[in-house]
Amino acid sequence: MDRIEEKLSILADAAKYDVSCSSSGGKRKNNGGIGDASSSGICHSYTEDGRCVSLLKILLTNHCIYDCAFCVSRRSNDIKRAAFTVEEVVDLTMNFYRRNYIEGLFLSSGIFKNADYTMERLLRIVKKLRTEHRFNGYIHLKTIPGASEELLQEAGMYADRMSINLEIPTEKGLKLVAPEKNHDSVRKPLAFIQNQITHLKTESKLIRHKPLFVPAGQSTQMVIGATPESDWEILSTSNDFYKNYHLKRVYYSGYIPIQNDNNLLPQIGTQPPLIRENRLYQADWLMRFYGFDVDEIVDAANPQLDMVIDPKLSWALRNPALFPMDINKADFASIIRVPGIGRQSARKIVQARKFGKLHAYQIQQMGIAYNRAKYFIVCADSQIVLGTIPMETVRQQIIQQSIASKKYFNSPQLSLFS
Amino acid sequence: MIYRYDGSFGGFLCAIFSSFERKEFPVRLVTQTQFAASFFEESRLVETESEKAQRVFDGLEKSIGRTEAHSFFQAFLSEDSRAIQYAFNLLHAIFQGNKNILENYGDEQVLYFSQTLKKVSRERHRMKAFIRFQKSSDDLFFAVIAPDFNVLPLVISFFHKRYADQAWLIYDEKRNYGMMYNKVSVEEVQLAELDKNTLMHSSQDVQLGTTEEKCQQLWKAYFKSTNIVARKNIRLHLQHVPKRYWRYLTEKQ
Ligand code: SF4
Repeated sequence: MDRIEEKLSILADAAKYDVSCSSSGGKRKNNGGIGDASSSGICHSYTEDGRCVSLLKILLTNHCIYDCAFCVSRRSNDIKRAAFTVEEVVDLTMNFYRRNYIEGLFLSSGIFKNADYTMERLLRIVKKLRTEHRFNGYIHLKTIPGASEELLQEAGMYADRMSINLEIPTEKGLKLVAPEKNHDSVRKPLAFIQNQITHLKTESKLIRHKPLFVPAGQSTQMVIGATPESDWEILSTSNDFYKNYHLKRVYYSGYIPIQNDNNLLPQIGTQPPLIRENRLYQADWLMRFYGFDVDEIVDAANPQLDMVIDPKLSWALRNPALFPMDINKADFASIIRVPGIGRQSARKIVQARKFGKLHAYQIQQMGIAYNRAKYFIVCADSQIVLGTIPMETVRQQIIQQSIASKKYFNSPQLSLFS
Repeated sequence: MIYRYDGSFGGFLCAIFSSFERKEFPVRLVTQTQFAASFFEESRLVETESEKAQRVFDGLEKSIGRTEAHSFFQAFLSEDSRAIQYAFNLLHAIFQGNKNILENYGDEQVLYFSQTLKKVSRERHRMKAFIRFQKSSDDLFFAVIAPDFNVLPLVISFFHKRYADQAWLIYDEKRNYGMMYNKVSVEEVQLAELDKNTLMHSSQDVQLGTTEEKCQQLWKAYFKSTNIVARKNIRLHLQHVPKRYWRYLTEKQ
């Protein structure tokens, strides 16, 4: 293995705990250079753990002056360190992009010397890609907490997405494992960039050639299960950040134990909380696309998500008064709340019923999970049942079915990464 | 009535034209190669005339809009005779004034049509994702594919826009044709058997630059390092990257 390959192995390995690999929301068009954004993003491959590979996701370096206990790159960790040069990152990106391996670059870094020094290096790379190589592929750039606003402002002109990780869902939790860190240092740059985006949007109505500024927006990530926060606390934080910083995504990364020296953290050998992570994504999805408020999903009385069934089903079972719902009458916003019916199928239902009342056999064909939905809907031919089945029975029946169909631990929703 | 046509999209559109011109409906559509003469049914050969085909397509665009009209082309590329027959019937209905028929998902034909579109579009998306170019020593970026459906025409503009400054060739070895871009325009090409073998076993025959091998090696190293062993989930992996695509994926070699 030569040096560049070794560096790539080390710095890809250190970067992989950042789960975001989204390449959507890019707006760059090719004019004379190379690259053209696919607005919906593309996963070019999938790792053996089933995650999307869309971007070349690397650290510029894994040297770091901080010592966050949950992070492999922490100062006190005895590992091989490496650092790319600006040219190396540029070359790798261009060579991979030209062969259609990737949609672009996700560049992050450990913090060496200080925040500005690190950010300045990151900036140099993206600037070179955009200006010298006329690269129009996707660039996701990490914001380094504490970097100056001038640097962020300039970086925002070249990056499609910027992100900065909360890491631990609450301030209290963060203090336990990374006493040098705080949430404010995340909030400040998020707010700064968001303000620039909004500012530009209002201004660009007046100018003709509007410059791009972080067109794919910002995201953040929280580590799940390293510290003892409840799902309610986690989702409330997400909700706060979606509302106040207009984030495009919040990512949840189930903690993978990496050390035994800190007994506040789960020890090596502990399974990463994958099902919980999946449930959080489902809940997040409900908040963003299905019109659910966070407190409809979890609250002080039910602070944890149900690990056995998904959060939408769980919500429906807690609200028997709303069901069964008449599929021929209910509006779109209500239909998407039915367990087993997604947005696409709901749209089909709403369109198709204009041609006549829908029967069970018809909606079964529309891509819904009928075995699940059937407890919650009436169709044109549904028989009138006297009295309703108790929700506890429904729950048991659905669980039995899912075990039988083995879909249980492999919900399609797992594919929500990206 | 049975209509025989040449299996091209133009031929398909001309069949619609004939069906209206001669007031013949229902029509069973078969390609010349599929056709087996039957004693009991009459059949008619439909000539493909590009001008007629264009007229039909323009009329369709006007009536239901660009995207919806284009969806007939996409469904056609499924090469699924049932989907093509349904597309024919739906087209017939649209030209009879039933413009919203594609929204009637309660109807078996509409549903099958829309499911076919979904499959074709998934395959198209896969090709955008899974095509891997190799760079030959004379600077041609080439890729060989064998998609489930005939989706190459659907990805050309994507690659054209993206790789405007490099020459490339994408070759469908299953259907034996390819699209070649020479930095000016895209042209359809057919390779003789020999060249095709050369492309497929490129590592031995076509001169690959040393940077090409190096690049593939680095990509494989990256692919390995970005995986998280503690999260291993082969089932999910296979669901996303079915085995039949592996032979084209550099990282899977
Ligand atoms: S600052 Fe970032 S890279 Fe450094 S130890 Fe903390 S989490 Fe890891």
